[in-house]
Amino acid sequence: MSNTTQTLGADLAPPGAQTGAWAWMRSRLFSSPLNLLITVLLAWGLLMAVPALVEWAFIKANFDAANAQECRASGGACWAFIIEKHRLILFGTYPFDEQWRPLIATVILIAVIVASGMRRFWNGKLALIWTLGLTAVAVLMWGGVFGLTYVENARWGGLPLTLILATFGIAFAFPVGVLLALGRRSKMPAIKALCVVYIELIRGVPLISLLFMSSVMLPLFLPEGFTIDKLLRAQIAIIMFAAAYIAETVRGGLQAIPKGQYEGADSLGLNYWQQMRKIILPQALKIVIPPLVGIFISLFKDTSLVVIIGIFDLTLAAKAALSDAAWRGFGVEAYLFISLIYFVFCYSMSKYSRALEQRLATGHAR
Amino acid sequence: MAPHIAQRPAQRPPRRVSWNDPATRALVYQALALALVGAAVWFLVHNTLHNLSLRNISTGFGFLNREAGFAIGETVIAYSPADTYGRAIFAGVLNTLRVGLLALVAATVLGVFIGVGRLSKNWLVNKITSVYVEVMRNVPLLLQLFFWYALITENMPGPRQAHNPLPGVFISNRGLKVPGLEGASLDWMLGGLALAIVAIVVVGHWATKRQEATGQPFKLGRTAIGLLVAFPLIGWLASGASLTLDMPALKGFNFVGGLTLTPEFVALFLGLTVYTSAFIAEVVRSGIQAVNNGQWEAAGSLGLPRRLVLRLVILPQALRVIIPPMTSQYLNLLKNSSLAVAIGYPDIVSVVNTTLNQTGQAIEGILIIMGAYLTVSLSISIFMNWYNKRIALVER
Repeated sequence: MSNTTQTLGADLAPPGAQTGAWAWMRSRLFSSPLNLLITVLLAWGLLMAVPALVEWAFIKANFDAANAQECRASGGACWAFIIEKHRLILFGTYPFDEQWRPLIATVILIAVIVASGMRRFWNGKLALIWTLGLTAVAVLMWGGVFGLTYVENARWGGLPLTLILATFGIAFAFPVGVLLALGRRSKMPAIKALCVVYIELIRGVPLISLLFMSSVMLPLFLPEGFTIDKLLRAQIAIIMFAAAYIAETVRGGLQAIPKGQYEGADSLGLNYWQQMRKIILPQALKIVIPPLVGIFISLFKDTSLVVIIGIFDLTLAAKAALSDAAWRGFGVEAYLFISLIYFVFCYSMSKYSRALEQRLATGHAR
Repeated sequence: MAPHIAQRPAQRPPRRVSWNDPATRALVYQALALALVGAAVWFLVHNTLHNLSLRNISTGFGFLNREAGFAIGETVIAYSPADTYGRAIFAGVLNTLRVGLLALVAATVLGVFIGVGRLSKNWLVNKITSVYVEVMRNVPLLLQLFFWYALITENMPGPRQAHNPLPGVFISNRGLKVPGLEGASLDWMLGGLALAIVAIVVVGHWATKRQEATGQPFKLGRTAIGLLVAFPLIGWLASGASLTLDMPALKGFNFVGGLTLTPEFVALFLGLTVYTSAFIAEVVRSGIQAVNNGQWEAAGSLGLPRRLVLRLVILPQALRVIIPPMTSQYLNLLKNSSLAVAIGYPDIVSVVNTTLNQTGQAIEGILIIMGAYLTVSLSISIFMNWYNKRIALVER
């Protein structure tokens, strides 16, 4: 026995390194000729692109130029433009001396979003947090009470406006969406038909057409002498749009609840609304939290479309900064700056959503 | 006594209208809901008609036959300002479809490569594709469009100093110039191509039938390539072989000849392709990951080579997972193409917007936009549902 092992083992070379830098590179970069080729091509591409980008964005970049000519002469990115215009880009045309108000409003909105991500608040408290937070934001932005001067919403702009459109949008669209989802699952044919038509109509057309509708058609819909301002109209369009998408997501959650839960609730003698409120919705909504985060992310990105009907959100504020004749031609820098803001928000939310999905999935793993 | 009761004919309880009867309540609720919606619609229509008569706007689609009087930057069909609003809007629809279909194909190809790249064992490929997907998904499309547009119009050199990466291809702040094909044979060759595609579908159908009946496989791939080459070639010869390459050349301050892709088109195409490909990559990745590893092993143990394993075992199962989310990505792409209006590409939204600014026919204009998108959205989802049903798992 020991003889056989010895003869078999004698001709075998010692195994190659299974750990260490070389083994890692061999298995992760050069495992086959094709892989080697791809690695070399990509590495070459990176070597061409990354140093040039770093040179443009940092080494040759200009952070303190006083005017556009000086900035252009440096040959790199002109971050001085962003530094010069950051108040306009972040807060729009809000009165300059009062800009601490939108700043605090932004902080409150971010805090509300962060609090919604904490599981300890996933109960009645969350509704309270949203109500208090959004009320505080409205008071801060509008003013007119507590000695704050009144600022009309045509002057709001920048990051707080983007956040307001997204958070108020989701806050009002959520209950509507849940009702639509319940309606679509209803056994009453007329209610079901109404909900299906609404959801499919909204999901079939682009958000832009809804925004156009709100800006040109809504004034025609209203009785004579009754007007809604532009921002509110855009907000209504966003709520209508988001509600349809939330409805479809929540419907997915409702479908995932086994029939036994409905029957069990029936046998307890609960009526329809008690069943939904106490048994079905708590379970269904828990399932759909990760996709709801996804909807919030796309809603946050979609608020940028209000640019097209002339509302002063982050993107239009950047365009306004770009239209200054003294600082023309720094579009790439301005859009990169705004993209970074959007990226930080959306990326952290999607990271959170993925972590949440994993944590919530543990109970259902097969 | 007992038999007497048993023999008594079962009497149905008299129908009474009671609030405790769920059917009654359902009827009342539905009637109420319909009445509410009806009242709301009547209220809105009434207000609208009243407001329109105040502003002296006549409703109806008659304006479509009037002369448009505005120019459109680029069109697929011949169009001049003397044409009607109807034709202008039709040109806008074709522009939407042109950029939408091209971006759809490009985003699918790019998205599949990147999705597969995210599963690659190659560290470099894996990281680069992950960064690409995260960055592109998390920046709004509108911003990406503005970025590409600014990059082309502000940071590219003028025509005289245009970048010339390939012979005949010029990149400048006037857009992209590529060589075009010109000559009488072009239509014939396109006709040949269309015929070839029809022939391939017919032959493929016949080949599947034959394989099901006799078990004999048919080499469809080679036949398809042969047909794709032969039919346009026949068209080219039949029409007298008149085809020339039209190279763009610098003359004075601008280019002459060749095909022009405007900065608007290039920015929109790039933005839509890049943005959608990141989402398609995620769809493809999750689809492939959804196929159980045991399927690879089982197919391998049957002796199938890796190429056939992928084609016959893995892809059909991955496609089942991929098709529904892919459909919604295609629909999103189509709807997102409406952002064209922000950078001035003359798609349907932008043409209708001009039209309603000129005529004041806001309601009709928005109905046209919504109708057009609904038509195309519903056709895509009907087609994809049909395809989905075809490849779906047939259960008992």
